[in-house]
Amino acid sequence: MSFISYLVSGLSLGSIYALIALGYTMVYGIAKMLNFAHGDIIMVGGYAAFLAMSASWCPIWLAMIISVTVCTVLGVVIEKVAYRPLRSAPPLAVLITAIGVSYLLQNIALLTQSATPKTFKSIAAGAPPFLLVFEGKAPLFFTKLSDSPYGGESPVLTISMETFLAIVVSLVIMAALTLFINKTKAGKAMLACSEDRGAAQLMGINVNATISMTFAIGSALAAVAAMLMCSAYPLLSPTTGSMPGIKAFVAAVFGGIGSIPGAMIGGVLLGVIEQLSKAYISSQLSDAIVFLVLIVVLIIRPTGIMGKKISEKV
Amino acid sequence: MRKTTKNNLITFGGTTVLAVVMAVLSAAGALNSKTSGLLIPMGIYIILAISLNLTVGILGELSLGHAGFMCIGAYVSGAFSLVFQNTISPVWLRFSLAIIFGAVMAAVFGILIGIPVLRLRGDYLAIVTLGFGEIMKSIANNIYLTEDKNGLHFGFTNPPSGIDSETKRELLKGPIGMAAPQDTTIWAVIAVLLICLAILMMFIDSRSGRACMAVRDNYIAAQSVGINVTKYRLMAFTLSAAIAGAAGALYSHSISLLAAKKFDYNLSILILVFVVLGGLGSLRGSIIATIILYALPELFLREAGNLRMLLYAIILIVMMLWTNAPFGIRLRERILNSGFVMKLKAKFNRKKAGAGGAENE
Repeated sequence: MSFISYLVSGLSLGSIYALIALGYTMVYGIAKMLNFAHGDIIMVGGYAAFLAMSASWCPIWLAMIISVTVCTVLGVVIEKVAYRPLRSAPPLAVLITAIGVSYLLQNIALLTQSATPKTFKSIAAGAPPFLLVFEGKAPLFFTKLSDSPYGGESPVLTISMETFLAIVVSLVIMAALTLFINKTKAGKAMLACSEDRGAAQLMGINVNATISMTFAIGSALAAVAAMLMCSAYPLLSPTTGSMPGIKAFVAAVFGGIGSIPGAMIGGVLLGVIEQLSKAYISSQLSDAIVFLVLIVVLIIRPTGIMGKKISEKV
Repeated sequence: MRKTTKNNLITFGGTTVLAVVMAVLSAAGALNSKTSGLLIPMGIYIILAISLNLTVGILGELSLGHAGFMCIGAYVSGAFSLVFQNTISPVWLRFSLAIIFGAVMAAVFGILIGIPVLRLRGDYLAIVTLGFGEIMKSIANNIYLTEDKNGLHFGFTNPPSGIDSETKRELLKGPIGMAAPQDTTIWAVIAVLLICLAILMMFIDSRSGRACMAVRDNYIAAQSVGINVTKYRLMAFTLSAAIAGAAGALYSHSISLLAAKKFDYNLSILILVFVVLGGLGSLRGSIIATIILYALPELFLREAGNLRMLLYAIILIVMMLWTNAPFGIRLRERILNSGFVMKLKAKFNRKKAGAGGAENE
């Protein structure tokens, strides 16, 4: 049973990674840059939701909308101010700028919100756990432990509402995103831009607007991931976003950067690997194991699971 | 004299004079304790900055794991010093051996990591080196090394099994860190700094250094004229790692209790900021930028520690926009071609011409 519980928490963490990795992989596919600040947008989303929720008049659904809006605007502004002027610059310059933006967001948060971690109120606070499994009895769905018909017996497996929400919300968003990209005109424009930016422009696609839209979608997904993540792991500090951000990038590379199904598979696999290695190998070394996975993947199959090989043209 | 040689001599001479003057002032008690306390860390940061400049500026690859190599150097040399604290008696000999040992181990890791990692380029290389730095930090954070009458015990649990508790002496204490002997003096830092600077200058000005720059400027063209790309990239990467290891050795012997969490991603970024502000590929620039960015805020902005980090972030973004964005380039040209700057330039050139004429007579 404990294995299943680790597996479920790995799936839940993995779906959050997958949401973040989608942002990385879409931006990488279209703008051909590693948006290092993506992890810190998660942190900003967390703080926006936290500040909104700490106002007494603000219901949770409004806080969620505020958080998504703030992140979307922030993503578009960062792209306009910092990345767009460097579109024809060497990759090293863009990468250093992205690191600068990430550092800037962290330090602004540090100055305005202080380094002390805040306790994030779960978006599913007060909700009953999704599933309770007891030894030899029928499982209970959406029932509080205090309302259990089995008296004081303690369950062998509990799946919390947050865990359940993270998996379901991620699945819904991924399905919607896949539909959006393959069926709508704007989504097809994104595909065209990632295939060949110059040719897309010749076909009458507004490349700048498409790239802005990509950043907007990626940042909105980051806000959703922020709320799911902070509900499951409720400590919020200015560096909250950087580690999940880097791990989600590992997930994106793992699945093949630029590929949307790849980001989903990579994210889920990475979450499961992380939780299982935390449980069975060493909790202190789990980060090291995640990065080891990245190094091994890049050595064996540099294009990732779903990536395609591109030969360099002179 | 060649222009490069002349430039190198100016940088080397200037650094020597500045370092010796500061050290003498500090020894004579002319500086207050705060300023002289800054000299050793500043020297160490300069060594780190010039070594990272080799990877980022000359090789053209962004390494975000520089703190990882520093961590290896710090831990290996610190453990060496602790183990031989009572065996090798002259401090200078033990300390020199510790630095060399730290640098060699960092170089070995540089090769081990470099062989797989240098198959990648650009963003991938950056993220893998970042991962490497994090791995090194987590491992160093979980190492325990204990000595007793039976010898050394090494492990990832505390305490490693089978310890004789009477004679035990804890050397590496996991997350608590390690207390290496305080051997680092300002003169040791200056000596290592000048040696590393000389090595880097000679490397950059050599055939290998030029090969690295060719690879940076055009990978495919360099490959097509027969440059062994992997060999030169690995050479530069390893040299950079070794120098970072030496800096780590100096660092671990300069603070009383060293914990592995110091060697995080932020440290790598900090060094990157020094390199970027100083100018990619310019050793002199790295040295000047480190002095300005490290010393000035420490002296004048001490209370506003967080503001300093904010400043670093803005410097990174503005420098990149200034040197690479179209409007930055236009603005720079307008300033450089404005009347005032032109006048200054003309004055400077005339003076230089006058001096040159005097030399010819």
